[in-house]
Amino acid sequence: MNLTPVITTNALAIGYPLKGGRQKVVHERLDLQVLPGEVTCLLGLNGAGKSTLLRTLCSFQPPLRGEIHLQGKPLTAYSPLQLSLLLGVVLTEKTNAGGITVYDLVSLGRHPYTGFFGQLKATDHRIIHEALQAVGIGHKAQAYVSELSDGERQKAMIAKTLAQECPIIILDEPTAFLDVTSRIETMVLLRQLAVRQNKAILLSTHDLDLAIQMGDRLWLLEKGRALTSGSPEDLILTGAFESFFQKDGIVFDPATGKLNTQRPDKPIGVEGDFTTAYWVGNALIRNGYKPSPVDPSTINIHCHTPQHLTLTSPNSNPIHLHSIHELLESLRREENREISEL
Amino acid sequence: MKKKTSLFYLFLAGLIVCLFVGSLAYGSVSIPPGDVWDILWGKGHERMAWQNIVLQARLPQAITALLAGASLATSGLLLQTLFRNPLAGPSILGISDGANLGVAIVMLYLGGSLKPLTGWAVSGYLTVILAAFIGACLVLGLIIYFSSKVKNNVMLLIIGIMIGYLASSVISILNYYAAADKVHTFVMWGLGNFSGVSMEQLPGFAAFSCVGLFFAVILIKPLNALLLGERYAANLGIRVKQTRALILICTGLLTAITTAFCGPISFIGLAVPHIARLMLGSSNHKMLVPVTMLAGSGIALLCNVLMVVPGTNAILPLNAVTPILGAPVIIYVIINRKNIQYFN
Repeated sequence: MNLTPVITTNALAIGYPLKGGRQKVVHERLDLQVLPGEVTCLLGLNGAGKSTLLRTLCSFQPPLRGEIHLQGKPLTAYSPLQLSLLLGVVLTEKTNAGGITVYDLVSLGRHPYTGFFGQLKATDHRIIHEALQAVGIGHKAQAYVSELSDGERQKAMIAKTLAQECPIIILDEPTAFLDVTSRIETMVLLRQLAVRQNKAILLSTHDLDLAIQMGDRLWLLEKGRALTSGSPEDLILTGAFESFFQKDGIVFDPATGKLNTQRPDKPIGVEGDFTTAYWVGNALIRNGYKPSPVDPSTINIHCHTPQHLTLTSPNSNPIHLHSIHELLESLRREENREISEL
Repeated sequence: MKKKTSLFYLFLAGLIVCLFVGSLAYGSVSIPPGDVWDILWGKGHERMAWQNIVLQARLPQAITALLAGASLATSGLLLQTLFRNPLAGPSILGISDGANLGVAIVMLYLGGSLKPLTGWAVSGYLTVILAAFIGACLVLGLIIYFSSKVKNNVMLLIIGIMIGYLASSVISILNYYAAADKVHTFVMWGLGNFSGVSMEQLPGFAAFSCVGLFFAVILIKPLNALLLGERYAANLGIRVKQTRALILICTGLLTAITTAFCGPISFIGLAVPHIARLMLGSSNHKMLVPVTMLAGSGIALLCNVLMVVPGTNAILPLNAVTPILGAPVIIYVIINRKNIQYFN
């Protein structure tokens, strides 16, 4: 596998020129790399400059300072046509393409390759078909774009970038406005494209869970601090994630990779069947407990099957329970008892 | 798909031929069709008046309608795609009024109507065309400027309407101070007419119109990319600024030529692209541009026929007829926009 970065930036500053020669710097000193075969997810709160960064990398707006290299060549050295062979985009802006068919939409991706009147040759038709198949909307080829669901529309736009046959795909919030299944489908699709077709995929998202699950590399962007980049697991284990997302009233739990309003602090031992234990943990966190290794001095839960859970505590008999719901109820009773004993 | 397309063109071509023949055979002076046929085939006719009416009046008028309809419809389509607004059009955005203002200045103050101007290298009607073109392009420039400030499509349309009012108000002021005979000529011109182009002027008019229409055909590929918006188009290798300039020049030229010769004609530019899209069921410009041109020609010829009040020798002003055909189309489109693909 080729591990030469397809995008590198050097001391890049992004933002907007203002009147009178002044500049509004959104972010600066960005040294970034995007690798082929990887999904890179750009995470950050609204206003952190995600879109500005992506727009700058797509050459929709010029950088304030610093350099961007695509495949070793400065971005400015590419003509619009050369750039279109290298980089495809999926944007958030509304299109006016409701009145053309999905096939026509995807065939727009062939623009850089076709002649003066955009006539499609047999090769072009083959590539368009492959692109439609790759994203799984081949059966919708003759439907109008306006008839697609949001998820299908996103897939059609991704198919357009595939027809463009470019090694880099940049997507601005591709999962925004999508329902849960479409979000997952879109991310899985992008992962597949990275792995199977060795595409370099860079996307911005608010979907923390999906980014942790599907991203090979995350970029954490926040105003006024250096961009942090790394694999999601490293970022979680080194505490980078925590320091980025910990805000007033919001805590990031490194044990679960989830954001919560409170950090679970009361330890409860959980052991047993992996899947059951995982979801028992989920329920415990929601209720402010912290799933931990089994410790005889605290309350422990033994997960045999989803229908058989045993609750043990240091000073009472084991209780057998038949669902997580029952488990939570008896935990509450246990807590009330402790409080009244005090 | 292919077969349907060719049938479609065949249908439109047939319709245009019928309406063209109708325009020649039917007018305020009734001439038997057989005689019209004979005159057209150069057989000569004992009644010189009839011969003159058919060859010197009806024939150039029909050809003018053919070209003017195609030009206006195409300029409307280009504006709708460029501004990504299905309700854009040369008259709505004030471009016709800009051309109108240019013509008014020339007609009312610079040596009258279509007479040659002393000391100018260009002949009279070229001056009018030039003035109309400058007026149209100035308004287009303003609209472009405002489109960078105002992102909302409806607001931009309202700004266009305002610019149109401003131009109209300047024209009224010009009218107020101009000589009465010139005002009369200008007002007559302003009612819209396909009969303003004489057989001698026809080649010039046809040449300019065809240049504009040819530009539109050249623009088919970038127009399709622009359906996705300017950023997507840029990402597909389109040089957006140049393309936009080309589209504007093309629109300005088409609107200016037609306005200079036929007066400000409303609704054809706005309504015909919708008729074309609804008939075609696609916004793909590969088909839409030619179909819009053909439909524009057809509608203009139809208006030309409808202008003649049956049973009398009265002729209605063109701008009294075009809204009757155009306005219901726009109302239909707006009411049904939820079910019309290209709106969504």
